[in-house]
Amino acid sequence: MHKVLIVGEHDGKALNPSTAKCVTCAVAIPDADITIVLLGNDTSKVATQAAALAGVKFVVRVDRPENAHPLAAIFAPQVAALAAEYTHILGPSTSFGKDLLPRVAALLGVAQVSDLMAVEAAYRFRRPIYAGNAIVTVEADASRKLIATVRVASFQAAASGGTGSIESKALAVTLPTHTRYVGAKSGSTDRPDLQTAARVVSGGRALGSAENFKLLFSLADKIGAAVGASRAAVDAGYAPNEMQVGQTGKIISPELYIAIGISGAIQHLTGIKDARTIVAINKDGEAPIFEVADLGLVGDLFQIVPELTRLIGA
Amino acid sequence: MQKIMVCIKRVVDYNVRIRVKPDGSGVMLDGVKMSINPFDEIALEEALRIKERSGGIEVVAVSIGVADTQQQLRTALAMGADRAILVQTDSPVEPLTAARTFLALAKKESPDLILLGKQAIDDDANQTGQMLAALWERPQATYASKIEIAAGKASVTREVDAGLETIEVDLPAVITVDLRLNEPRYVKLPDIMKAKKKTLDVTSLDALGVSSATLLKTVKTEPPAQRQKGVMVKDVVELANLLKNKGLI
Repeated sequence: MHKVLIVGEHDGKALNPSTAKCVTCAVAIPDADITIVLLGNDTSKVATQAAALAGVKFVVRVDRPENAHPLAAIFAPQVAALAAEYTHILGPSTSFGKDLLPRVAALLGVAQVSDLMAVEAAYRFRRPIYAGNAIVTVEADASRKLIATVRVASFQAAASGGTGSIESKALAVTLPTHTRYVGAKSGSTDRPDLQTAARVVSGGRALGSAENFKLLFSLADKIGAAVGASRAAVDAGYAPNEMQVGQTGKIISPELYIAIGISGAIQHLTGIKDARTIVAINKDGEAPIFEVADLGLVGDLFQIVPELTRLIGA
Repeated sequence: MQKIMVCIKRVVDYNVRIRVKPDGSGVMLDGVKMSINPFDEIALEEALRIKERSGGIEVVAVSIGVADTQQQLRTALAMGADRAILVQTDSPVEPLTAARTFLALAKKESPDLILLGKQAIDDDANQTGQMLAALWERPQATYASKIEIAAGKASVTREVDAGLETIEVDLPAVITVDLRLNEPRYVKLPDIMKAKKKTLDVTSLDALGVSSATLLKTVKTEPPAQRQKGVMVKDVVELANLLKNKGLI
């Protein structure tokens, strides 16, 4: 039997969907016994959500005031302290998991498999390298603990209907005081979360200004989509960093991706190639985005996008 | 603050379109242009800017790799690093090995700050900085888009999935940098000449007491699955109808 520990991501109110995707990955490990650990100030609410994920056997709550914010230097020694009885420790390949898991791996003196995209056997996995331009199959030593971050775009979220049991644990771990949370700034939005949205409308440098992104917001709101941006658009200041889709931004797998005024640099395509349907609108018919688009339309986005928004409403 | 250590990796230049070897044993690296990992270049630029603001700081560029990695360290010296150290090895270096090696150098050099890229663009592991911070038992601030140093502390704005987060860490600390922290300077010819006179020490994993044993085995390397090119539509009416008919909107 393989005992898998998943480090759950949450904000105290809701479990991040990345956790349910890690569960699906864990289920693919042969004969897996799955536990989710939640660290926080008060994880009562999210523990209930975690226990309801199909396939989850146990949920371990580690509540203490120092865990109010997910600081890797604070969380890592606690995860490491729990590690002894598990064969595998997984976390999402999100900014939360990517920050935390390597610190856990180093404390345990083991390697990490980053961006795990497929499980071939209990200690054999596939992962992308070179911005997704090559896929490697890696094998880890079965006698050691396996630490991995899970590429969330590669896995569907686990269904609900689970009946895991919840237990609180007090860990006798001395935590460092050298790292302190100061604050966060996020463009609060009523639109769906970019990372997990079924539909995404994205804009590139051709939008020309932050003001013009409103065109995309109108279309997105009409179809209930999240809004993303290319790195070029973010670098130009048209959109905030959390909207960036691509190798160094978010890697997403929506049902529908509409790329508007995005040429399709390789690092952008890396972020969207798991999308079910890609639609591209660009004035340059030679743009690389058309090589991967299921539906392409060459033309002026400033005419096409308002018209498309109008037609969809009709 | 007296010393900043910047960790640099030699990687395939980001403009090169890599190709997988037909036998699946890896990617083709023969005759391919190599450069400083772009994120590490941003880390070095930041170190130089901190030095230029405060003065009296030594910037030490360090790397692990084949003998030719001296080229990338010379570039780092030309950008403005004061001296460089190469830990020369022909073995593949996993992130944990890199972290152990940088730890050994940190113990020798006692820097106040270690800067490096958030990930290398070859293995995309995104691990070394975090592992180094853990082994060094010091704070980490990953994905930095703004760094302010004052009174033995660093205030770091981090690019996270939800937006921007600010944390404060005591120095010494490890900071890994993201794309939007700065734009690295161009190297000028006189600087390249000057860099030839700067110190570049070469040492080895053995000398530092670090094992080169690897924990992961790469069994196979394949090209990614390709998406099929789709169809072009003639106008926005056709596009809207197709999206509706396919049940996509």
